[in-house]
Amino acid sequence: MSNSSETWIILGATSSMARAFARKVAADGANVLLCGRDMDDLAASAADCTARGAANATALKFDARDTASFAPIITQAQAESGMINCAVFVGSMPTQSEIDAAPELIEGVIKDNYTGPAAFLQMLAPEIELRGGGTVVGVGSVAGDRGRIGNYVYGSAKAGFATYLSGLRNRLTRAGGHVVTVKPGFVDTAMTWDVEGMFLVAAPEKVATDILKAVDKKRNVIYTPFFWRYIMLIIRNIPEFIFKKMSI
Amino acid sequence: MSWKPLETMGWGRASAAFGDVARPERVAHLKKLLSLGAMPAFGMRRSYGDAPLTSSEKSLDMTRLDRVLDFDAATGLVHVEAGLPIGDLGRMFAAQDWLPPVSPGTGFATIGGCIANDVHGKNHHVVGSFGQHVTEITLIQGDKTRVITPNDSAEFQATVGGLGQTGVIASAKIQMMPCKGDLMVLTERRIDDLDEFFMAFEDATKDFTVGWIDATAKGDRLGRGVLEEGEITSGVNRSSGKTKSVPFNAPAWALSAPIVRLFNELYFRRVPRSGRTSVKPITDPFFPLDAIHNWNRLYGKAGFNQFQCVVPLNAKDSLREMLERISASGLASPLAVLKKMGAGRAGYMSFPMEGYTLAVDFPNRGAADYLIRDLTNMAREAGGRIYFAKDGVAKPQQIDGMYPDQDAWRKVVNEIDPTYANATNLVTRLNLRGPAPETKPAGESA
Repeated sequence: MSNSSETWIILGATSSMARAFARKVAADGANVLLCGRDMDDLAASAADCTARGAANATALKFDARDTASFAPIITQAQAESGMINCAVFVGSMPTQSEIDAAPELIEGVIKDNYTGPAAFLQMLAPEIELRGGGTVVGVGSVAGDRGRIGNYVYGSAKAGFATYLSGLRNRLTRAGGHVVTVKPGFVDTAMTWDVEGMFLVAAPEKVATDILKAVDKKRNVIYTPFFWRYIMLIIRNIPEFIFKKMSI
Repeated sequence: MSWKPLETMGWGRASAAFGDVARPERVAHLKKLLSLGAMPAFGMRRSYGDAPLTSSEKSLDMTRLDRVLDFDAATGLVHVEAGLPIGDLGRMFAAQDWLPPVSPGTGFATIGGCIANDVHGKNHHVVGSFGQHVTEITLIQGDKTRVITPNDSAEFQATVGGLGQTGVIASAKIQMMPCKGDLMVLTERRIDDLDEFFMAFEDATKDFTVGWIDATAKGDRLGRGVLEEGEITSGVNRSSGKTKSVPFNAPAWALSAPIVRLFNELYFRRVPRSGRTSVKPITDPFFPLDAIHNWNRLYGKAGFNQFQCVVPLNAKDSLREMLERISASGLASPLAVLKKMGAGRAGYMSFPMEGYTLAVDFPNRGAADYLIRDLTNMAREAGGRIYFAKDGVAKPQQIDGMYPDQDAWRKVVNEIDPTYANATNLVTRLNLRGPAPETKPAGESA
């Protein structure tokens, strides 16, 4: 379990999955840095984390599309003693039809889901190496496992991020650090609230519990809930000449 | 990116509504949605009937706004978002020796719901209703945000117990109750009939008292049951708090009359004739049914309704007639509760009055609706009232006169919300706010 000598940087902390995760590490007595764009909301979540047992909880500005917002967070983390961990929940998912109508939206999707968090983690990696440990949790998506007509731009950004996390794991492992790649299926969040055709929808608390278990056990890649591993195993193995005609 | 067409149900699952629901996760989103027009909000929908429901209109699910915004361990004053379940509030601060002053029968009820229904607990005769411990409420009224305190007398009294009609409750400050721990010394003893129950309540001295009543018992045994009395004691609960779940709807015979009679007999005899005392985590006596998730499925697909009334002390014998009517009907379930209430209430439409309150669940079948309406009339004739958080079947004329401050409440809420945008199914069904504005006043020609 996490303990009070740990700091968790939480990117995209206004999302419900991040909130559930922050509450759990707060209850374990961690120091939490809640990073995102809505500062009022982050202040409320920081108060909540404090009430639930966080050693300390701070709200910090983070915008995946504005690299200038990254350095102050790294500086703040460097001032903390103990292990530095980072959980990345940041992301955005315009519908594929919105992107089809306005292709320039792709740039934002890639920044939010891939290049923004990757650039941040690139800045954080030396600090983890310096301290000889620390865990990075990267939340991707099952959508990154195969490009589908329904949301392939989002999926491709998540796929890029997953590949980045794989490389970062390769790098940090040799310094004592660890990277957990999380691929949630459908989760009951604001992002999926009004999306039709959702099934087997998991509660954010369930995903947060699974992530913490994976952190404790130093798992590399997890699907949450677990059965998505098997669903995606099937989807990944459908031959392309068939898959290209499907709409799932 | 906000609205989802959704069927919602009250806890009894006999009332349902279909409408567009948004579930904001940030206050900024909540305010943005409300700036486009006021609408009702709901929490965990633990009210039994249609109090939390809105048909064919938009409404807001508040359960994702469930954070503690501030807590002062020295004074016990806590500021929380409205979607926080009250049981969570209890668990969070018991180790620091603070508990919510009032806990309703389920820990899943949200703070917003506890205020809007001005709930009471097993210690009502000592500490009063939930609203009496609320020191500040943040309301969102369309594009305006208002912070009210008990000093804003009319608006505060229209909000507490006000069924959400003054606007969406976004957050509230609550004065918690100091406690030595979160264990309770619980004494249970058998009560042989209704008169003995009344005497036992008169003599009761403990902070927490409640009676389980065998609503199937007749004749000499009418009104028999088990009296539970408790007091909080020092020590902290270390049990795992494991819960069970009812995985599917029970068949209709599960709560048929012979089975309920058998269950009640066993439940009555479970307590030895000499009584017994035990020490339990407070959540057991506070929230006896919360350990079984979805227990409402025990009533099967058709669901159930609960009847709860309170009658003044001097009309307590009206409960005897009610119990006779109930036991003769063969419709009672094992869930029946009797309690002596104090006078404490904080709002115009608050349920409590000094007297006796009786609550009985009825499976939604046969003549149950008629029975509940009969009981409602009996409560009214006795000078009592029914609890809106439980009701799903009463008719508007049955409510007339039950709530003496209803006119004062109407005046405030109709001024704040002249278009009736906050009206829920219950408010409409019981015509609580009077004729809607689009209805032309009598005498006006077309």
